[in-house]
Amino acid sequence: MNYWPLLGVAVIVIGFVLRFNAVLVVVGAALLSGLLAGLHLGDLLALLGKSFVSARMLLLFVLTLPAIGLLEHAGLREHAQQWMGRLRGMTLARLLIGYLLVRELLAMVGLTGVAGHPQTVRPLLAPMGEAAAEKILPELTEHDREEVRAVAAATDNIGRFFGEDVFIALGAVLLIQGFYAQHGIDLTPLSIALWALPTAIAAFVIQSVRIWLFQRRLQRRAQSSQPVREA
Amino acid sequence: MLRIEYAYWLIAAFLLYTAWRNAREREMSRAAFWAVLGLLFAGGDAVLAAQKAGNTLPAQLAGSAVIVLALLAPRLRRRAHPETASASDRLASALRLGHKLFVPALLIPLVTLLVALFGAHLVLGGHALFAKPQMTLTGLALACVVALTAAARVARAPLHQGLSEGRRLLDAIGWAALLPLLLAALGEVFTQSGVGAAIASLAETILPEGNAFMCLLVFSLGMVLFTVIMGNAFAAFPVMMAGIGLPLLVQRYGANPAVLGSMGMLCGYCGTLLTPMAADYNLVPAALLELRNPYGVIRAQAWSAFAIFVATFITMWLLVFR
Repeated sequence: MNYWPLLGVAVIVIGFVLRFNAVLVVVGAALLSGLLAGLHLGDLLALLGKSFVSARMLLLFVLTLPAIGLLEHAGLREHAQQWMGRLRGMTLARLLIGYLLVRELLAMVGLTGVAGHPQTVRPLLAPMGEAAAEKILPELTEHDREEVRAVAAATDNIGRFFGEDVFIALGAVLLIQGFYAQHGIDLTPLSIALWALPTAIAAFVIQSVRIWLFQRRLQRRAQSSQPVREA
Repeated sequence: MLRIEYAYWLIAAFLLYTAWRNAREREMSRAAFWAVLGLLFAGGDAVLAAQKAGNTLPAQLAGSAVIVLALLAPRLRRRAHPETASASDRLASALRLGHKLFVPALLIPLVTLLVALFGAHLVLGGHALFAKPQMTLTGLALACVVALTAAARVARAPLHQGLSEGRRLLDAIGWAALLPLLLAALGEVFTQSGVGAAIASLAETILPEGNAFMCLLVFSLGMVLFTVIMGNAFAAFPVMMAGIGLPLLVQRYGANPAVLGSMGMLCGYCGTLLTPMAADYNLVPAALLELRNPYGVIRAQAWSAFAIFVATFITMWLLVFR
């Protein structure tokens, strides 16, 4: 067994920890691993080029940018914030947990592509979340705003990931079924997908609790900074 | 017939436009970076076709272009362009346009959804309107074009203003946009270089013996760790299953394969939440949301990932040996 290609993994870990430019680190690791595995330079270049262009679908999100950019120029985020401010009863936790629920249910029926960071989080969820946080704590710092945005992105990821595995015709379930079929164990996709339900529920509960705790932290700070005036 | 390749050509055009605008502003490294990437997108299908026909030269050129991108990337400082409209202008426009602003934004998910649901049944002049492969993504590309047209109408702005605003956002994201593609390519190179096999053989040397619980724990933690390294639970799954899951847990200890497979994969998903290697979920959103800490999204979800892992592991332990 040739263990030298593992140095590529080491390059990745060290590069990310020391925060070198990630693009350079990744390409460097690929070249190093390939060469240490004894791949011919020409073959390695061809492999790199072929796999890169085969992954082009991962840049599809840039097509959302002109529409989103134009709408932001016309005040989309400001409007989302204003509207959020007017909605009585819509709290930060209700907004994020509601989004989590919808995102997870959509993923469960295989519709992972309809929402996402460029389409829904940046133009809608993040500014609405900031406005909702502002309702709790008017003197929101830039650091708080970044945290609200990060929590919004995390909520999108968690809803998507743990809903997706329940859907029978999507990558994960088919990969599991295919692996077992290769090794002589026949399972129906449904029997695999079903066992993703407990985690789907757990993920929803856990993220909802964390969102609620985040909101309570903001509320506590608001209370301690504003001494009670009534009475 | 609408195919995903058209979407790639649209992306290429947008990238080349971004390069041209940067070149006019004498931002030469930036211009070169987007231009090389644009050419890779425009020529991608030709590269794959030539590769299939046995000619590897275009693929080698594409590989060299990827190295050029890597050399250019450190020269791109992340620079936020100044907003093109002042805060008060945007607020005034928001008050004037109101909920109309939501319509184009919601058209993106809506059109994507419609294509995903009904795209297979749409027929125009005897031909299917959408090609089968990647229909949802083709739908997303179409949705973006529809939304841009609608946004231009709502904002009463010319279409090229949309391109210009989109380019501003793309420059703000910068090289982070490239990471998902590069990590996918890295995964391929790792596989071809036998990195997965080497890790699997290392894992076998520390195999837990005799104790079903310890074996399950090593399997689950292995799924998390391997996913963190490779950035993708799909890469970790076959390795951990072939090394520990199938020979030990299923065949020796009689674990239920459906439970083991499904929940083992979900343990890997917890790893995805923790790793910068899953750039499209963790690093690109951080850039897109203009967080100063590139690991801000990972930090926000780390405790959730930990708790979901614990919950999944306990459920799996209770169910898998029944």
